[in-house]
Amino acid sequence: MLYAILCYNSEDAIGSWSKEQHAETMTRLHKVHEKLEKQNRIGPVARLLPTTAATTLRKGREDVVIDGPFAETKEQLLGFYIVDCASLDGAIEVARDLAKANPLTGAYEIRPVAQLHESHLPTEKKPAA
Amino acid sequence: MNDLGWIDAVVAGVRPQVMGALLRYFRDLDTAEEAFQEACLRALRTWPQNGPPRDAAAWLILVGRNAAMDDVRKRARHTELPDEAELSDLGDAEASLADRLDGEHYRDDILRLLFICCHPELPATQQIALALRIVCGLSVGQIARAFLVSEAAMEQRITRAKAKIGNAKVAFETPGAAERAERLAAVAAMLYLIFNEGYSTNLAEAEARAPLAEEAIRLVRLLLRLFPTEPEIMGLTALMLLQQSRAAARFDGDGNVILLEDQDRNLWSTSDIAEGLALIDKAMRHRRPGPYQIQAAIAALHARAECAENTDWPQIDLLYANLERLQPSPVVTLNRAVAVSKVKGPQAALDMIEPLGARLQGYFYFHGVKGALLQRLDRNDEAREAFRRAIALAHTPAEAAHIRQHLDRLSS
Repeated sequence: MLYAILCYNSEDAIGSWSKEQHAETMTRLHKVHEKLEKQNRIGPVARLLPTTAATTLRKGREDVVIDGPFAETKEQLLGFYIVDCASLDGAIEVARDLAKANPLTGAYEIRPVAQLHESHLPTEKKPAA
Repeated sequence: MNDLGWIDAVVAGVRPQVMGALLRYFRDLDTAEEAFQEACLRALRTWPQNGPPRDAAAWLILVGRNAAMDDVRKRARHTELPDEAELSDLGDAEASLADRLDGEHYRDDILRLLFICCHPELPATQQIALALRIVCGLSVGQIARAFLVSEAAMEQRITRAKAKIGNAKVAFETPGAAERAERLAAVAAMLYLIFNEGYSTNLAEAEARAPLAEEAIRLVRLLLRLFPTEPEIMGLTALMLLQQSRAAARFDGDGNVILLEDQDRNLWSTSDIAEGLALIDKAMRHRRPGPYQIQAAIAALHARAECAENTDWPQIDLLYANLERLQPSPVVTLNRAVAVSKVKGPQAALDMIEPLGARLQGYFYFHGVKGALLQRLDRNDEAREAFRRAIALAHTPAEAAHIRQHLDRLSS
Protein backbone atom coordinates (compact mmCIF):
# COMPACT_ATOMS: atom_id res chain seq x y z
CA MET A 1 0.00 0.00 0.00
CA LEU A 2 1.28 3.47 -0.85
CA TYR A 3 0.60 6.22 1.67
CA ALA A 4 0.83 9.97 1.25
CA ILE A 5 2.04 11.83 4.34
CA LEU A 6 1.05 15.49 4.34
CA CYS A 7 3.06 17.86 6.54
CA TYR A 8 1.43 20.60 8.60
CA ASN A 9 3.01 23.15 10.91
CA SER A 10 2.92 26.83 11.85
CA GLU A 11 4.71 29.05 9.34
CA ASP A 12 5.15 31.68 12.05
CA ALA A 13 7.07 29.26 14.24
CA ILE A 14 9.18 27.82 11.43
CA GLY A 15 9.89 31.33 10.16
CA SER A 16 11.31 32.09 13.60
CA TRP A 17 13.72 29.15 13.66
CA SER A 18 17.38 30.05 13.73
CA LYS A 19 19.65 28.81 10.92
CA GLU A 20 21.00 26.20 13.34
CA GLN A 21 17.51 24.99 14.18
CA HIS A 22 16.74 24.71 10.46
CA ALA A 23 19.94 22.81 9.79
CA GLU A 24 19.43 20.46 12.75
CA THR A 25 15.91 19.65 11.64
CA MET A 26 16.94 19.02 8.04
CA THR A 27 19.77 16.72 9.16
CA ARG A 28 17.37 14.67 11.26
CA LEU A 29 14.80 14.52 8.46
CA HIS A 30 17.42 13.48 5.91
CA LYS A 31 18.35 10.52 8.09
CA VAL A 32 14.73 9.38 7.94
CA HIS A 33 14.65 9.95 4.16
CA GLU A 34 17.90 8.04 3.61
CA LYS A 35 16.69 4.98 5.43
CA LEU A 36 13.56 4.86 3.27
CA GLU A 37 15.57 5.56 0.11
CA LYS A 38 17.85 2.58 0.77
CA GLN A 39 14.77 0.40 1.09
CA ASN A 40 13.26 1.90 -2.10
CA ARG A 41 10.19 2.80 -0.09
CA ILE A 42 9.97 6.54 -0.66
CA GLY A 43 8.33 8.31 -3.61
CA PRO A 44 8.81 11.96 -4.61
CA VAL A 45 9.24 14.39 -1.70
CA ALA A 46 8.29 18.03 -2.19
CA ARG A 47 8.87 21.06 -0.04
CA LEU A 48 6.45 23.84 -0.90
CA LEU A 49 7.06 27.60 -0.84
CA PRO A 50 5.19 29.41 1.98
CA THR A 51 1.42 29.97 1.71
CA THR A 52 2.14 33.63 0.90
CA ALA A 53 3.12 32.35 -2.57
CA ALA A 54 -0.16 30.42 -2.93
CA THR A 55 -3.05 31.15 -5.30
CA THR A 56 -6.40 29.34 -5.23
CA LEU A 57 -8.75 28.57 -8.08
CA ARG A 58 -12.27 28.28 -6.66
CA LYS A 59 -14.60 26.31 -8.93
CA GLY A 60 -18.16 27.49 -9.55
CA ARG A 61 -20.40 28.59 -12.40
CA GLU A 62 -17.43 30.78 -13.13
CA ASP A 63 -14.02 29.93 -11.76
CA VAL A 64 -12.51 32.57 -9.48
CA VAL A 65 -8.80 33.07 -8.84
CA ILE A 66 -8.07 34.12 -5.25
CA ASP A 67 -4.74 35.14 -3.72
CA GLY A 68 -3.72 32.98 -0.82
CA PRO A 69 -4.03 29.37 0.26
CA PHE A 70 -7.13 27.18 0.39
CA ALA A 71 -8.78 28.16 3.65
CA GLU A 72 -12.10 26.30 3.82
CA THR A 73 -12.71 23.55 6.31
CA LYS A 74 -15.79 22.08 4.66
CA GLU A 75 -13.85 20.37 1.88
CA GLN A 76 -11.20 17.73 2.22
CA LEU A 77 -7.89 17.16 0.48
CA LEU A 78 -8.46 14.48 -2.17
CA GLY A 79 -5.29 14.50 -4.21
CA PHE A 80 -2.55 16.56 -5.77
CA TYR A 81 -0.69 17.13 -9.04
CA ILE A 82 2.82 18.32 -9.70
CA VAL A 83 3.02 20.12 -13.04
CA ASP A 84 5.79 22.00 -14.84
CA CYS A 85 4.73 25.50 -15.97
CA ALA A 86 6.66 28.57 -17.10
CA SER A 87 4.68 30.88 -14.82
CA LEU A 88 1.79 31.12 -12.40
CA ASP A 89 -0.50 31.87 -15.37
CA GLY A 90 0.48 28.52 -16.86
CA ALA A 91 -0.33 26.72 -13.62
CA ILE A 92 -3.69 28.49 -13.38
CA GLU A 93 -4.39 27.37 -16.98
CA VAL A 94 -3.80 23.75 -15.98
CA ALA A 95 -6.04 24.17 -12.95
CA ARG A 96 -8.76 25.62 -15.20
CA ASP A 97 -8.52 22.61 -17.49
CA LEU A 98 -8.88 20.33 -14.47
CA ALA A 99 -11.85 22.40 -13.28
CA LYS A 100 -13.50 22.02 -16.69
CA ALA A 101 -13.16 18.27 -16.42
CA ASN A 102 -14.44 18.27 -12.85
CA PRO A 103 -16.56 21.41 -12.54
CA LEU A 104 -18.70 23.40 -10.07
CA THR A 105 -17.55 22.47 -6.59
CA GLY A 106 -14.18 22.35 -4.88
CA ALA A 107 -10.98 24.27 -5.38
CA TYR A 108 -7.37 23.91 -6.46
CA GLU A 109 -4.65 25.49 -4.38
CA ILE A 110 -1.62 26.31 -6.53
CA ARG A 111 1.65 26.36 -4.61
CA PRO A 112 5.12 26.72 -6.15
CA VAL A 113 7.39 23.81 -5.21
CA ALA A 114 10.58 24.91 -3.46
CA GLN A 115 12.39 21.55 -3.64
CA LEU A 116 11.53 18.25 -5.26
CA HIS A 117 13.37 15.01 -4.53
CA GLU A 118 12.92 12.23 -7.03
CA SER A 119 11.11 9.01 -6.33
CA HIS A 120 12.97 5.95 -5.03
CA LEU A 121 10.03 3.63 -5.56
CA PRO A 122 10.44 0.75 -8.01
CA THR A 123 8.61 1.67 -11.23
CA GLU A 124 6.32 -1.34 -11.03
CA LYS A 125 5.04 -0.26 -7.62
CA LYS A 126 1.33 0.51 -7.84
CA PRO A 127 -1.16 1.55 -5.18
CA ALA A 128 -3.52 -1.15 -3.96
CA ALA A 129 -6.46 -1.40 -6.32
CA MET B 1 17.07 18.81 21.09
CA ASN B 2 17.10 21.94 23.21
CA ASP B 3 13.46 22.43 24.22
CA LEU B 4 13.89 26.02 25.26
CA GLY B 5 15.20 26.97 21.83
CA TRP B 6 12.07 25.57 20.21
CA ILE B 7 9.80 27.31 22.69
CA ASP B 8 11.64 30.54 21.86
CA ALA B 9 10.86 30.06 18.19
CA VAL B 10 7.17 29.40 18.87
CA VAL B 11 6.94 32.46 21.11
CA ALA B 12 8.81 34.66 18.64
CA GLY B 13 6.51 33.51 15.86
CA VAL B 14 3.31 34.49 17.64
CA ARG B 15 4.69 37.55 19.42
CA PRO B 16 3.19 40.17 17.05
CA GLN B 17 -0.28 38.64 17.34
CA VAL B 18 -0.12 38.26 21.12
CA MET B 19 1.33 41.73 21.71
CA GLY B 20 -1.26 43.20 19.34
CA ALA B 21 -4.14 41.59 21.24
CA LEU B 22 -2.73 42.55 24.67
CA LEU B 23 -2.26 46.11 23.49
CA ARG B 24 -5.91 46.20 22.47
CA TYR B 25 -7.01 44.97 25.92
CA PHE B 26 -4.80 47.26 27.98
CA ARG B 27 -4.33 50.19 25.57
CA ASP B 28 -0.95 50.74 27.13
CA LEU B 29 2.32 49.51 25.71
CA ASP B 30 4.11 48.94 29.02
CA THR B 31 1.24 46.95 30.52
CA ALA B 32 1.00 44.87 27.34
CA GLU B 33 4.73 44.18 27.42
CA GLU B 34 4.65 43.17 31.09
CA ALA B 35 1.68 40.88 30.46
CA PHE B 36 3.54 39.30 27.54
CA GLN B 37 6.67 38.80 29.64
CA GLU B 38 4.66 37.15 32.37
CA ALA B 39 2.89 34.86 29.90
CA CYS B 40 6.28 33.84 28.45
CA LEU B 41 7.65 33.03 31.89
CA ARG B 42 4.64 30.84 32.59
CA ALA B 43 5.03 29.19 29.18
CA LEU B 44 8.64 28.34 29.99
CA ARG B 45 7.44 26.75 33.23
CA THR B 46 4.57 24.69 31.84
CA TRP B 47 5.30 23.97 28.18
CA PRO B 48 8.35 21.75 28.71
CA GLN B 49 6.17 19.39 30.80
CA ASN B 50 2.86 19.63 28.94
CA GLY B 51 4.21 20.25 25.48
CA PRO B 52 3.36 23.45 23.62
CA PRO B 53 -0.37 24.12 23.24
CA ARG B 54 -1.83 23.66 19.78
CA ASP B 55 -2.62 27.35 19.53
CA ALA B 56 0.28 29.05 21.26
CA ALA B 57 -0.99 32.56 20.46
CA ALA B 58 -4.38 32.03 22.12
CA TRP B 59 -2.66 30.46 25.15
CA LEU B 60 -0.29 33.40 25.58
CA ILE B 61 -3.03 35.98 25.06
CA LEU B 62 -5.26 34.37 27.65
CA VAL B 63 -2.52 33.77 30.19
CA GLY B 64 -1.02 37.22 29.63
CA ARG B 65 -4.38 38.88 30.07
CA ASN B 66 -5.11 36.90 33.21
CA ALA B 67 -1.65 37.57 34.61
CA ALA B 68 -1.99 41.32 34.18
CA MET B 69 -5.40 41.27 35.82
CA ASP B 70 -4.16 38.92 38.54
CA ASP B 71 -2.75 41.68 40.70
CA VAL B 72 -5.93 43.68 40.56
CA ARG B 73 -8.02 40.67 41.45
CA LYS B 74 -5.73 39.55 44.23
CA ARG B 75 -5.86 42.96 45.79
CA ALA B 76 -9.65 42.80 45.60
CA ARG B 77 -9.47 39.38 47.32
CA HIS B 78 -11.15 37.66 44.47
CA THR B 79 -10.80 33.97 43.95
CA GLU B 80 -7.63 32.74 42.28
CA LEU B 81 -7.68 32.20 38.56
CA PRO B 82 -7.35 28.64 37.32
CA ASP B 83 -3.78 27.43 37.07
CA GLU B 84 -2.54 27.85 33.49
CA ALA B 85 -1.01 24.37 33.67
CA GLU B 86 -4.55 23.16 33.16
CA LEU B 87 -4.90 25.32 30.07
CA SER B 88 -2.50 23.13 28.18
CA ASP B 89 -4.61 23.02 25.05
CA LEU B 90 -7.52 24.63 23.36
CA GLY B 91 -9.87 21.83 24.28
CA ASP B 92 -10.44 24.27 27.10
CA ALA B 93 -13.67 26.16 26.48
CA GLU B 94 -12.39 29.51 27.71
CA ALA B 95 -9.32 29.36 25.53
CA SER B 96 -11.28 28.57 22.41
CA LEU B 97 -13.57 31.48 23.18
CA ALA B 98 -10.54 33.76 23.42
CA ASP B 99 -9.34 32.33 20.15
CA ARG B 100 -12.61 33.11 18.38
CA LEU B 101 -12.78 36.62 19.77
CA ASP B 102 -9.21 37.38 18.83
CA GLY B 103 -9.45 35.82 15.40
CA GLU B 104 -11.69 38.64 14.27
CA HIS B 105 -9.22 41.28 15.48
CA TYR B 106 -6.09 39.42 14.52
CA ARG B 107 -5.28 41.44 11.42
CA ASP B 108 -6.00 44.90 12.81
CA ASP B 109 -4.22 44.11 16.08
CA ILE B 110 -0.95 43.33 14.34
CA LEU B 111 -1.33 46.22 11.93
CA ARG B 112 -1.94 48.62 14.83
CA LEU B 113 1.05 47.30 16.74
CA LEU B 114 3.27 47.91 13.70
CA PHE B 115 1.60 51.21 12.93
CA ILE B 116 2.23 52.82 16.31
CA CYS B 117 5.94 52.35 15.63
CA CYS B 118 5.60 54.48 12.45
CA HIS B 119 4.61 57.62 14.33
CA PRO B 120 5.56 60.48 12.00
CA GLU B 121 7.30 62.43 14.78
CA LEU B 122 9.72 59.58 15.37
CA PRO B 123 12.89 59.69 13.27
CA ALA B 124 13.41 56.60 11.13
CA THR B 125 16.02 55.05 13.41
CA GLN B 126 13.68 55.31 16.41
CA GLN B 127 10.81 53.78 14.45
CA ILE B 128 13.01 50.85 13.56
CA ALA B 129 14.39 50.42 17.08
CA LEU B 130 10.90 50.51 18.55
CA ALA B 131 9.52 47.97 16.08
CA LEU B 132 12.41 45.61 16.74
CA ARG B 133 11.89 45.91 20.49
CA ILE B 134 8.09 45.77 20.65
CA VAL B 135 7.05 43.74 17.63
CA CYS B 136 10.02 41.43 17.16
CA GLY B 137 11.02 41.22 20.82
CA LEU B 138 14.75 41.71 20.17
CA SER B 139 16.60 42.65 23.35
CA VAL B 140 17.92 46.20 23.76
CA GLY B 141 21.43 44.72 23.60
CA GLN B 142 20.74 43.02 20.27
CA ILE B 143 19.29 46.21 18.79
CA ALA B 144 22.19 48.30 20.13
CA ARG B 145 24.68 45.94 18.44
CA ALA B 146 22.81 46.19 15.14
CA PHE B 147 22.92 49.99 15.30
CA LEU B 148 26.53 49.99 16.52
CA VAL B 149 25.70 52.09 19.58
CA SER B 150 25.98 51.40 23.31
CA GLU B 151 23.21 49.58 25.11
CA ALA B 152 22.61 52.60 27.36
CA ALA B 153 22.19 54.89 24.34
CA MET B 154 19.74 52.47 22.72
CA GLU B 155 17.80 52.05 25.97
CA GLN B 156 17.41 55.82 26.13
CA ARG B 157 16.37 56.02 22.48
CA ILE B 158 13.65 53.39 22.95
CA THR B 159 12.40 54.95 26.18
CA ARG B 160 12.09 58.33 24.47
CA ALA B 161 10.30 56.81 21.49
CA LYS B 162 7.86 55.02 23.79
CA ALA B 163 7.14 58.21 25.71
CA LYS B 164 6.36 59.98 22.46
CA ILE B 165 3.90 57.38 21.23
CA GLY B 166 2.46 57.10 24.75
CA ASN B 167 1.33 60.70 24.43
CA ALA B 168 0.01 60.24 20.91
CA LYS B 169 -3.55 59.14 20.36
CA VAL B 170 -3.81 55.79 18.63
CA ALA B 171 -7.22 54.76 17.41
CA PHE B 172 -8.23 51.43 18.93
CA GLU B 173 -11.49 51.15 17.00
CA THR B 174 -11.47 48.85 14.01
CA PRO B 175 -10.08 51.04 11.20
CA GLY B 176 -12.08 51.81 8.05
CA ALA B 177 -10.83 50.75 4.62
CA ALA B 178 -9.10 54.05 3.83
CA GLU B 179 -7.39 54.21 7.21
CA ARG B 180 -6.35 50.59 6.96
CA ALA B 181 -4.76 51.26 3.56
CA GLU B 182 -2.89 54.27 5.00
CA ARG B 183 -1.61 52.22 7.93
CA LEU B 184 -0.56 49.45 5.59
CA ALA B 185 1.47 51.84 3.40
CA ALA B 186 3.19 53.39 6.44
CA VAL B 187 4.00 49.97 7.88
CA ALA B 188 5.33 48.72 4.53
CA ALA B 189 7.65 51.74 4.30
CA MET B 190 8.90 51.12 7.82
CA LEU B 191 9.58 47.44 7.13
CA TYR B 192 11.62 48.42 4.09
CA LEU B 193 13.58 50.83 6.31
CA ILE B 194 14.34 47.98 8.72
CA PHE B 195 15.45 45.82 5.81
CA ASN B 196 17.69 48.51 4.33
CA GLU B 197 19.22 49.21 7.72
CA GLY B 198 20.24 45.56 7.76
CA TYR B 199 21.54 45.67 4.21
CA SER B 200 24.92 46.99 5.08
CA THR B 201 27.86 48.11 2.96
CA ASN B 202 30.66 46.44 4.85
CA LEU B 203 31.28 42.97 6.10
CA ALA B 204 31.88 43.70 9.79
CA GLU B 205 28.62 45.60 10.00
CA ALA B 206 26.82 43.13 7.77
CA GLU B 207 27.20 40.41 10.40
CA ALA B 208 25.95 42.61 13.22
CA ARG B 209 23.09 43.88 11.12
CA ALA B 210 21.96 40.65 9.49
CA PRO B 211 19.18 40.16 12.10
CA LEU B 212 17.53 43.38 10.87
CA ALA B 213 17.08 42.06 7.35
CA GLU B 214 15.86 38.71 8.70
CA GLU B 215 13.32 40.35 11.02
CA ALA B 216 12.11 42.60 8.20
CA ILE B 217 11.50 39.56 5.99
CA ARG B 218 9.71 37.75 8.81
CA LEU B 219 7.44 40.77 9.37
CA VAL B 220 6.72 41.41 5.71
CA ARG B 221 5.75 37.74 5.28
CA LEU B 222 3.41 38.12 8.23
CA LEU B 223 1.97 41.29 6.69
CA LEU B 224 1.42 39.47 3.40
CA ARG B 225 -0.42 36.66 5.16
CA LEU B 226 -2.69 39.29 6.73
CA PHE B 227 -3.20 41.10 3.42
CA PRO B 228 -2.86 38.31 0.87
CA THR B 229 -4.40 40.25 -2.03
CA GLU B 230 -2.21 43.39 -1.88
CA PRO B 231 0.14 43.36 -4.88
CA GLU B 232 2.44 45.97 -3.35
CA ILE B 233 2.97 43.83 -0.25
CA MET B 234 3.73 40.87 -2.55
CA GLY B 235 6.15 43.20 -4.36
CA LEU B 236 7.85 44.34 -1.16
CA THR B 237 8.25 40.75 0.05
CA ALA B 238 9.69 39.75 -3.32
CA LEU B 239 12.01 42.77 -3.31
CA MET B 240 13.43 41.91 0.11
CA LEU B 241 13.87 38.23 -0.73
CA LEU B 242 15.57 38.94 -4.06
CA GLN B 243 17.97 41.43 -2.46
CA GLN B 244 18.59 39.10 0.45
CA SER B 245 19.34 36.23 -1.96
CA ARG B 246 22.67 37.92 -2.81
CA ALA B 247 23.82 38.37 0.81
CA ALA B 248 26.44 35.62 0.67
CA ALA B 249 28.00 37.00 -2.54
CA ARG B 250 28.31 40.65 -1.58
CA PHE B 251 31.76 40.71 0.06
CA ASP B 252 35.19 39.40 -0.90
CA GLY B 253 37.65 37.76 1.49
CA ASP B 254 38.94 41.18 2.62
CA GLY B 255 35.43 42.43 3.37
CA ASN B 256 35.23 44.66 0.27
CA VAL B 257 31.92 45.12 -1.51
CA ILE B 258 31.54 43.10 -4.71
CA LEU B 259 29.28 44.82 -7.22
CA LEU B 260 26.29 42.94 -8.58
CA GLU B 261 27.88 42.33 -11.98
CA ASP B 262 31.04 40.86 -10.42
CA GLN B 263 29.33 38.60 -7.88
CA ASP B 264 29.64 34.80 -7.97
CA ARG B 265 26.07 33.94 -8.84
CA ASN B 266 26.50 30.39 -7.53
CA LEU B 267 26.48 31.94 -4.05
CA TRP B 268 23.04 33.45 -4.55
CA SER B 269 20.33 31.73 -2.51
CA THR B 270 18.17 29.74 -4.90
CA SER B 271 15.35 29.34 -2.36
CA ASP B 272 15.11 33.11 -1.74
CA ILE B 273 15.13 33.67 -5.50
CA ALA B 274 12.45 31.02 -6.13
CA GLU B 275 10.17 32.59 -3.54
CA GLY B 276 10.85 36.14 -4.76
CA LEU B 277 10.14 35.21 -8.37
CA ALA B 278 6.93 33.37 -7.42
CA LEU B 279 5.70 36.42 -5.53
CA ILE B 280 6.46 38.97 -8.23
CA ASP B 281 4.81 36.66 -10.77
CA LYS B 282 1.74 36.58 -8.55
CA ALA B 283 1.75 40.35 -7.99
CA MET B 284 1.99 41.22 -11.70
CA ARG B 285 -1.24 39.36 -12.43
CA HIS B 286 -3.10 42.15 -10.62
CA ARG B 287 -1.99 44.75 -13.19
CA ARG B 288 -1.77 47.32 -10.40
CA PRO B 289 1.90 48.28 -10.57
CA GLY B 290 3.55 50.13 -7.71
CA PRO B 291 7.07 51.13 -6.70
CA TYR B 292 7.83 47.96 -4.72
CA GLN B 293 6.63 45.70 -7.50
CA ILE B 294 8.70 47.53 -10.10
CA GLN B 295 11.83 47.42 -7.97
CA ALA B 296 11.20 43.73 -7.34
CA ALA B 297 10.73 43.16 -11.08
CA ILE B 298 14.12 44.80 -11.68
CA ALA B 299 15.72 42.61 -9.00
CA ALA B 300 13.99 39.60 -10.61
CA LEU B 301 15.64 40.33 -13.98
CA HIS B 302 19.04 40.32 -12.28
CA ALA B 303 18.14 37.09 -10.49
CA ARG B 304 17.09 35.43 -13.75
CA ALA B 305 20.34 36.27 -15.58
CA GLU B 306 22.79 33.35 -15.30
CA CYS B 307 25.68 35.75 -15.83
CA ALA B 308 25.98 39.54 -15.82
CA GLU B 309 26.29 39.65 -19.65
CA ASN B 310 22.84 38.05 -20.00
CA THR B 311 21.08 40.76 -18.01
CA ASP B 312 18.00 42.10 -19.79
CA TRP B 313 19.08 45.78 -19.65
CA PRO B 314 16.46 47.08 -22.12
CA GLN B 315 13.72 45.69 -19.88
CA ILE B 316 15.40 47.13 -16.78
CA ASP B 317 15.56 50.52 -18.53
CA LEU B 318 11.80 50.29 -19.22
CA LEU B 319 11.04 49.35 -15.63
CA TYR B 320 13.09 52.28 -14.31
CA ALA B 321 11.21 54.55 -16.72
CA ASN B 322 7.96 53.32 -15.14
CA LEU B 323 9.38 53.87 -11.66
CA GLU B 324 10.39 57.41 -12.65
CA ARG B 325 6.80 58.13 -13.68
CA LEU B 326 5.32 56.65 -10.51
CA GLN B 327 7.86 58.00 -8.06
CA PRO B 328 10.01 60.69 -9.68
CA SER B 329 13.34 61.11 -7.92
CA PRO B 330 16.87 61.96 -9.06
CA VAL B 331 18.14 58.74 -7.48
CA VAL B 332 15.76 56.67 -9.64
CA THR B 333 16.96 58.55 -12.73
CA LEU B 334 20.56 57.89 -11.70
CA ASN B 335 19.81 54.16 -11.42
CA ARG B 336 18.09 54.26 -14.78
CA ALA B 337 21.18 55.87 -16.27
CA VAL B 338 23.17 52.75 -15.39
CA ALA B 339 20.74 50.66 -17.44
CA VAL B 340 20.81 53.25 -20.25
CA SER B 341 24.62 53.10 -20.34
CA LYS B 342 24.35 49.35 -21.03
CA VAL B 343 21.71 49.79 -23.74
CA LYS B 344 22.70 53.05 -25.47
CA GLY B 345 26.24 53.65 -24.27
CA PRO B 346 27.95 55.99 -21.81
CA GLN B 347 27.21 59.27 -23.62
CA ALA B 348 23.42 58.79 -23.45
CA ALA B 349 23.69 57.93 -19.77
CA LEU B 350 25.89 60.94 -19.06
CA ASP B 351 23.40 63.24 -20.81
CA MET B 352 20.74 61.81 -18.57
CA ILE B 353 22.54 62.44 -15.29
CA GLU B 354 24.16 65.84 -16.02
CA PRO B 355 20.97 67.73 -15.06
CA LEU B 356 20.89 65.89 -11.70
CA GLY B 357 24.21 67.41 -10.59
CA ALA B 358 22.67 70.22 -8.57
CA ARG B 359 20.42 67.92 -6.59
CA LEU B 360 22.79 65.00 -6.14
CA GLN B 361 25.85 67.15 -5.36
CA GLY B 362 26.38 65.43 -1.99
CA TYR B 363 25.55 61.89 -3.09
CA PHE B 364 28.45 59.46 -3.18
CA TYR B 365 26.92 57.16 -5.76
CA PHE B 366 26.23 60.03 -8.24
CA HIS B 367 29.92 60.92 -8.51
CA GLY B 368 30.88 57.25 -8.68
CA VAL B 369 28.54 56.60 -11.63
CA LYS B 370 29.54 59.83 -13.34
CA GLY B 371 33.23 58.98 -12.97
CA ALA B 372 32.72 55.52 -14.45
CA LEU B 373 30.82 56.96 -17.44
CA LEU B 374 33.47 59.63 -18.07
CA GLN B 375 36.15 56.98 -17.84
CA ARG B 376 34.43 54.92 -20.53
CA LEU B 377 34.39 58.04 -22.72
CA ASP B 378 38.16 58.46 -22.13
CA ARG B 379 37.58 61.80 -20.40
CA ASN B 380 40.09 60.76 -17.75
CA ASP B 381 40.78 64.10 -16.04
CA GLU B 382 37.08 64.68 -15.46
CA ALA B 383 36.67 61.06 -14.36
CA ARG B 384 39.46 61.48 -11.79
CA GLU B 385 37.77 64.59 -10.45
CA ALA B 386 34.43 62.76 -10.10
CA PHE B 387 36.05 59.78 -8.34
CA ARG B 388 37.86 62.11 -5.90
CA ARG B 389 34.56 63.71 -5.02
CA ALA B 390 32.97 60.30 -4.52
CA ILE B 391 35.75 59.25 -2.13
CA ALA B 392 35.28 62.44 -0.12
CA LEU B 393 31.57 61.58 0.24
CA ALA B 394 31.97 57.86 0.97
CA HIS B 395 30.20 56.67 4.12
CA THR B 396 32.36 53.65 4.71
CA PRO B 397 36.00 52.72 4.08
CA ALA B 398 34.70 49.94 1.79
CA GLU B 399 32.90 52.45 -0.44
CA ALA B 400 36.01 54.63 -0.62
CA ALA B 401 38.24 51.64 -1.32
CA HIS B 402 36.01 50.62 -4.19
CA ILE B 403 36.30 54.01 -5.90
CA ARG B 404 40.02 54.11 -5.22
CA GLN B 405 40.38 50.97 -7.36
CA HIS B 406 38.92 52.93 -10.29
CA LEU B 407 41.32 55.79 -9.64
CA ASP B 408 44.25 53.39 -9.52
CA ARG B 409 43.20 51.89 -12.85
CA LEU B 410 43.10 55.39 -14.36
CA SER B 411 46.60 56.21 -13.16
CA SER B 412 48.21 53.02 -14.40
